[in-house]
Amino acid sequence: MSCSRRDFVKDSIGAAFVSALPLSAFTFLSTDEAKAAVAEATVRWGFLVDTTNCVGCGMCVSACKNENEIPYDAPVTRTWVERYVVTKDGKSHADSPLGGRDGFTTDKIRDEEINPDDITKAYFVPKLCNQCDNPACVQVCPVGATYQTHDGVVLVDREWCIGCGYCIMACPYGVRFFHPDHKVADKCNFCYHRITKGMMPACVESCAFGARRLANLRDPEDPVTKIITTERVAVLKDEYGTKPHVFYIGLDANVR
Amino acid sequence: MKVKRHVLHPLWLAIALVGLILFARQFLVPDDFGIHGDSFTYNYYRLSNVQEWKDFPVKYQGNESCLECHEDNVKKHRRSPHKRVQCENCHGPSGNHPNDIEYLPLNKERGLCLRCHADLGYPESSARSDLPLIVDRRHKLKRECVSCHNPHDPREEAE
Repeated sequence: MSCSRRDFVKDSIGAAFVSALPLSAFTFLSTDEAKAAVAEATVRWGFLVDTTNCVGCGMCVSACKNENEIPYDAPVTRTWVERYVVTKDGKSHADSPLGGRDGFTTDKIRDEEINPDDITKAYFVPKLCNQCDNPACVQVCPVGATYQTHDGVVLVDREWCIGCGYCIMACPYGVRFFHPDHKVADKCNFCYHRITKGMMPACVESCAFGARRLANLRDPEDPVTKIITTERVAVLKDEYGTKPHVFYIGLDANVR
Repeated sequence: MKVKRHVLHPLWLAIALVGLILFARQFLVPDDFGIHGDSFTYNYYRLSNVQEWKDFPVKYQGNESCLECHEDNVKKHRRSPHKRVQCENCHGPSGNHPNDIEYLPLNKERGLCLRCHADLGYPESSARSDLPLIVDRRHKLKRECVSCHNPHDPREEAE
């Protein structure tokens, strides 16, 4: 077969064009699929934590453990509450005994007595998975066992996870842990089984002070979304570029 | 130069191994495993797992579910300063109550009340200072709070 230089160049360019076309360009959605795709795009879950309302009762932590079948006495939890006490000398004292599961009923912090007269401010900060837009934990999974759903929640496939622990190390917020029973990575998923049924996450429902609230960020009429878009809110560790979706009111510079 | 045939044996072996793995993969990887979304980085997963998570059992049913049978207590509680506290925070998650779980694990411990009402000596800017507080070691030491206070309406004495 003879092949001139001109033919070769022409064919090469043609082949490059054809191979650049993704297969998905040729798929046609059925009516139902198209409807579902539009409906899916109307939900993006976010979360609002108002630290100025949190009294550190820890009911959210115990409710989360019960709801999500996390062994109650194991030192792991999907959400936790941190206590910060700042004293006149500028020092920040922080603790989170059992993740705040039993609340904060003593004024001692890590066995340290702090004189109430020295305290300049004290507050509680609930923490949970940030359901990042760029989740570092998902990027590092070698087997595709953790992923982001269409509504922004990051889930772990317990069947598929091999328990290597890369994701636990990758999360800058430390929200992942090794589940002692299932032997896989585990994390907060905003109570995915509840929010997809129109219920609130267990921690939100158990909070008597409105310190924790769920938002659908794609719904401009959502009252919590309105607060996030119109008021001054902060996120944790913005510098990591993970685009976290848990927003905080009253976040202090001492919070790590 | 003619290549001796035995030199190529490792190559055939390698090709056969790759073929075997690709063949086995057809059976081991579920059909719904793939890219479901915009990106290979974040949306490469087994699709049916989403439904598995949605089917996870709900345990906390909320105050409305208590109303049907325990109307007196729920209504009393609704008018009290404790109205923001969920029934299940003290009574335990109801799950399938009353079908499978007849009695809920009611928590009457002093420690449960102290979660909100312990005075830790924090300044007024702390959210806790807005609540009625006691200093644990100076108030009716080790007695159950509910022996004097009615938790459904703390303005009343215990029933």
